[in-house]
Amino acid sequence: MRALVWHGKEDIRCDTVTDPEIEDGRDVIVKVTSCAICGSDLHLFHNFIPAMLPGDVLGHETMGEVVETGRGVKGKLKKGDRVVVPFTIVCGECDQCKRGYFSVCQKSNRKKHLADKVFGHATAGLFGYSHLTGGYPGGQAEYLRVPFADTTVQKVPEGIPDEKLLFLSDIFPTGWQAAVQADIQPTDTVAIWGCGPVGQMTIRSAILLGAEQVVAIDNIPERLEMAEAAGAITINFDEESVVERLNELTEGEGPEKCIDCIGMESHVTPTMPDTVYDRAKQILLAESDRPHVLREMIYVCRPGGLISIPGVYGGLVDKIPMGAAMNKGLTFRMGQTHVQRWTADLLRRIEEEQIDPSFVITHEVPLDQGPEMYRTFRDKQDSCIKVVLNP
Amino acid sequence: MTNILSITSLSNITRSEGDPKVIHSGPSSRGVPDSLAKALGWFSLGLGLTELLAPRRITQALGMEGKEALVRVYGAREIGSGILSLSVDKNLGLWSRVAGDGLDIATVLTALRSDNPKRDNVGIALALLVGITAIDLIDARSSTARHSRKVGRQRSYQDRSGFPRGVQASRGAARDFKTPPDLRHAPPLAAVSQHTSAA
Repeated sequence: MRALVWHGKEDIRCDTVTDPEIEDGRDVIVKVTSCAICGSDLHLFHNFIPAMLPGDVLGHETMGEVVETGRGVKGKLKKGDRVVVPFTIVCGECDQCKRGYFSVCQKSNRKKHLADKVFGHATAGLFGYSHLTGGYPGGQAEYLRVPFADTTVQKVPEGIPDEKLLFLSDIFPTGWQAAVQADIQPTDTVAIWGCGPVGQMTIRSAILLGAEQVVAIDNIPERLEMAEAAGAITINFDEESVVERLNELTEGEGPEKCIDCIGMESHVTPTMPDTVYDRAKQILLAESDRPHVLREMIYVCRPGGLISIPGVYGGLVDKIPMGAAMNKGLTFRMGQTHVQRWTADLLRRIEEEQIDPSFVITHEVPLDQGPEMYRTFRDKQDSCIKVVLNP
Repeated sequence: MTNILSITSLSNITRSEGDPKVIHSGPSSRGVPDSLAKALGWFSLGLGLTELLAPRRITQALGMEGKEALVRVYGAREIGSGILSLSVDKNLGLWSRVAGDGLDIATVLTALRSDNPKRDNVGIALALLVGITAIDLIDARSSTARHSRKVGRQRSYQDRSGFPRGVQASRGAARDFKTPPDLRHAPPLAAVSQHTSAA
């Protein structure tokens, strides 16, 4: 089969690889009908996530049709079922899964020993996201083996196009969880840093959950325009001060809820000197992540407020103003998304036409154009916001 | 490209039996300017280390004795350019190489004196520097063109609300959602006031 394979920094190729095979009774093989490139795939493209190996198949936003099932699936899934494959692999049996904390499933990471060393304790297995999360081959491919399939996948009905359902695999639940864990109240101003795909989903989730004001921060005009289309107030940080504008919008009090949809690769610009400092340290391997957004959120957030972090961080950050965070009594909520906790509810909201997540798609191409689209997406060329690949 | 890199085959020892393994490799997302930037980055590192560790050999070859400290500074600069050229900020690295080439040429030109017994070596060094500058310049320009956003060719997304019922109707449309107890934050102000007055 064909698959997008990681060969090194900025080196992704559409390779011919062997087909995946059932290894365990709870496995199924899915024939991929649609998959997408995620913003967090760019951290792999830049080689900022440790423990990637040449030959790793990428991709964690996937949907398709079940074509083969293991014996242990016991009728919960059958050939021909249409499924969305969440990026988190979950056993459904461990204490964390029973609590709904699926992204820290205790059983699904098959390379637990590695993650234990790096994170202290292992987190869930993820598709196509380094050997720290199990080294599972990803879904930017024609076929995908899904472990623990009976508890991992979300069955979806026929009659709704892939484009509306595909993002149940990651960015829609990720944006939703980012907003839900901020416990949005009708009087809240919610400030969202980053108007990439996850940022766009977070903006819509905050609007649906009834925030009084949603403020979107970025410097790419077309991304800000897409945010504005959903009713967000926008701030272009190239043109105005984020802190001043947020204070102005909240009568000097600061937003109650701040959401970081950027993560470890904050934009670097001489007008924000800490970003240059972070980049220099990152190049010299003295810091792995660039946390400008975290600093800004802690500074501008209203005392007693909440900081929600769906953006991916991979390692060590520097110069975090913990004094401000502690004295202001801020609450931090973060983590990979517990996708399976939200998918059924979000599927209903798509069916009821509360939202159509396909709005975010700007490019749809065959799988073999994937390597080139990684570059287009990274360089934000051709107004690219979200790429869907058709194997 | 049908050859499989040996490191890719080697990494297969970490994969399970049912995992896909590379049979044939396709074209890379890395273009010619990117590959050239990588080569120039490694060249910078090699040259920079030589300048830092063996400046006397360079000054002697060019008849520039006494300039060892300057060569070491240039070596450090070269290493900086090399690291940048190998990073995702390769355009910055390549343009810093072009600027460095200018400095190198200006410095070596000062040794092109009639009384310099190594004048021939200086001529060869200058020819090499001009050649490298041309390569650096071509690659810096190609890489910048390849990775830059085109100004003024922006698509319009003003109709992409994602709300089939419209923005106004969608504000608060999911208020039926009950925040799970483990994700609740500060209670609404009204609730706190009631609690305080009751107490």
